[in-house]
Amino acid sequence: MLRLQGIVKRYGTHLALDGVDLEVPQGTVFGLLGPNGAGKTTLIRIITRITGPDAGTILFNGRPMGPDDVAHIGYLPEERGLYKKMKVGEQAVYLARLKGMPRPEAIRRLREHFERWEMMGWWNKKVEELSKGMAQKVQFVTTVLHGPQLLILDEPFSGFDPINAELVRTEILRMRDAGTTVMLSTHNMGSVEELCDHIALIHRAHKVLDGTVREIRKRFSTRTYRIEFQGSRVAFANALGFSGELVDLQEGGEYSVAHVKLGPGATPNDVLRQLIATIPVHGLQEEVPRMHDIFIQAVGEKVPGAVTAEMTE
Amino acid sequence: MNKIGLIIRREFLTRVRKPSFLIMTLLGPLLIAGGVTLAVYLGLQESGIQNVLVIDKSHLVTKKLKETDKVKFFYDHADWSDSTFKASPYNVMVDVNEEILVTNTIQLYYKELPSINTQRTIQAELEKVLEREKLRLNEVDPDTYARIKTALKMHLFDIDKEGRRSFDEVKAFIGLFFALLIYMFIFLYGVQVMRGVMEEKQNRIVEVLVSSVKPFQLMMGKITGIAMVGLLQFVLWVALTSGLATVGSAVLMKDRFDPAEVARLQGTAEVQAELQKSPAALDQSETQQLIAEITAEMPRILFCFLFYFIGGYLLYASLFAAIGAAVDTETDVQQFMLPVTLPMVLAIIISEMAMMNPDGPAVRWFSLIPLTSPVVMMIRVVMGNAFDNPLLLATSMVLLVLTFIATTWLAGRIYRTGILMYGKKVSWKELGKWLFYKG
Repeated sequence: MLRLQGIVKRYGTHLALDGVDLEVPQGTVFGLLGPNGAGKTTLIRIITRITGPDAGTILFNGRPMGPDDVAHIGYLPEERGLYKKMKVGEQAVYLARLKGMPRPEAIRRLREHFERWEMMGWWNKKVEELSKGMAQKVQFVTTVLHGPQLLILDEPFSGFDPINAELVRTEILRMRDAGTTVMLSTHNMGSVEELCDHIALIHRAHKVLDGTVREIRKRFSTRTYRIEFQGSRVAFANALGFSGELVDLQEGGEYSVAHVKLGPGATPNDVLRQLIATIPVHGLQEEVPRMHDIFIQAVGEKVPGAVTAEMTE
Repeated sequence: MNKIGLIIRREFLTRVRKPSFLIMTLLGPLLIAGGVTLAVYLGLQESGIQNVLVIDKSHLVTKKLKETDKVKFFYDHADWSDSTFKASPYNVMVDVNEEILVTNTIQLYYKELPSINTQRTIQAELEKVLEREKLRLNEVDPDTYARIKTALKMHLFDIDKEGRRSFDEVKAFIGLFFALLIYMFIFLYGVQVMRGVMEEKQNRIVEVLVSSVKPFQLMMGKITGIAMVGLLQFVLWVALTSGLATVGSAVLMKDRFDPAEVARLQGTAEVQAELQKSPAALDQSETQQLIAEITAEMPRILFCFLFYFIGGYLLYASLFAAIGAAVDTETDVQQFMLPVTLPMVLAIIISEMAMMNPDGPAVRWFSLIPLTSPVVMMIRVVMGNAFDNPLLLATSMVLLVLTFIATTWLAGRIYRTGILMYGKKVSWKELGKWLFYKG
């Protein structure tokens, strides 16, 4: 769907992106992660053709991206706003027409969206009369209204209450299922885990991580399992033997919980075989690495406290 | 409709629909017409009756000065001290000394400066009485004097203009009026462009917009849309002002300039002499001639006016747009405003020179320089000098076009970087760097 090759962008002496390759598959939710100042916003601005790269190519649907392709992109920037003095409906129609939609079509679709989102009463209100959350909702609708093939959302959940955040989440998934490719840039690792199929992590102008969430989790797997059992610490340690390394163990009332890191070449079955010979095992579950931990690990201690922000992040 | 058209439409409609546009459209002509009328009215009128004390030591004028509704004369024959005058109810004290017939000089003391009308009344009355006195002393018959008294009219002709009367003084003022209009328009609407850009930057909608349209389209759409608002307002002002002026002059000047009264008075020597005193004053046939001359030149004047009006606006509006894009807050504006406003102020100063000497070297130069030419050249255009030197005019126009293309290009580059740059205090050096960022 979207392929970036060797994207380089510099601002004066500052290198914002240094040879970034990216492949965004059709119909997925693609998480674009990275610490502040890593170059995410610059990358998004290059994809949305707000700014041009110094080097590199962008392929959109297999062709080099052209000026007309912006009509197929919906972009919700992190720093967003609307004309405060303009009426909601008029403004939404204006933004849709700038995307190339004919007026009647824009009005028709807006009505649909406004009705679905219970916003019809806002049509003739000025934006300044709306609450911040309401304005965010209007903004989200204007972003998706023209039915973009590629939807780029920068921190889409900020400013939404849990109910509206859920509405946005549902809408994202609904659009993905309808074939839209969604690019999601966020620091909210919870929503990454919930929504993303693919992620890429940008750090200091470079891509440091890329792949499906499943793959990446596997790569960052510590091969640690949580085992619930009945018995004492000593009994467990004896039963485990050399099939795994005991990381942690809490003795409890009914069940005790042990965290075991598998030895090289060992499988969970090997461990289970060892254990069930002597102690009753109640459950075994892999400790999946959280995106939060993967993020921190990938970025490492190299994250400086404050990265100089040439452009807003 | 293409995208730039949509932007123009929005910029135009949102501004025209604002109540402030309607208010300004109605208020503008009222303010102009009202201001002019008020100034004229206040300049002519006194708030109350002026009591004039005449110190007439030689008893030459006592009881002979004719009073009017507003000016009353009182007489005394000895000097008054300043403090006595200050404490007295008199507004004005006129000292007619014994040598008046030789020196032709009087002293007028006042508490508050009397109006031109009052001054003229006092002067005219004293002149009349003294003249009569001199006639009596020289044994000249007043009727004979009235016949031989000569009021000379001098008509000026420019040898290059096929023997037509030249009205340089009046034309200079008309030229200044056009020049000031351009100046006003550039500032009023240039600043609106800047504010519009700042608004979009501050409320952050700009990033959404530039993901649909090119920054250059956005900038040009805004500049064009606002120009159309300005032109509409200008046309409405012209229509309303001329309407108001017609009605206003009909009402205000009715009794003052009753044609029958004017015709009756014009025969008298008094009025002839009075007319002679103001050099700019024109008689009726001359006014008609002037109007005919201006009307004949109007098409090319209007063409030049529109050209410099739009050219100057585009030039400055693009600079204002760049400023709006470069700054974050109102307070940062000042730093960049000065270099933009300075040439305009300079242009107004040069205009005053142009009114007196439209072919002076400084005036010629500044009518070439695009930052000042829209204002300065306009005066030369109305005065006719611009057409005497078509090469200079053409060069000035071409330079203006080239410069606004250049500034629009430069402003576009600053604009597209600036609108996405937040929280950074921008320096001139920084702006220079932006010019070379790749789009």
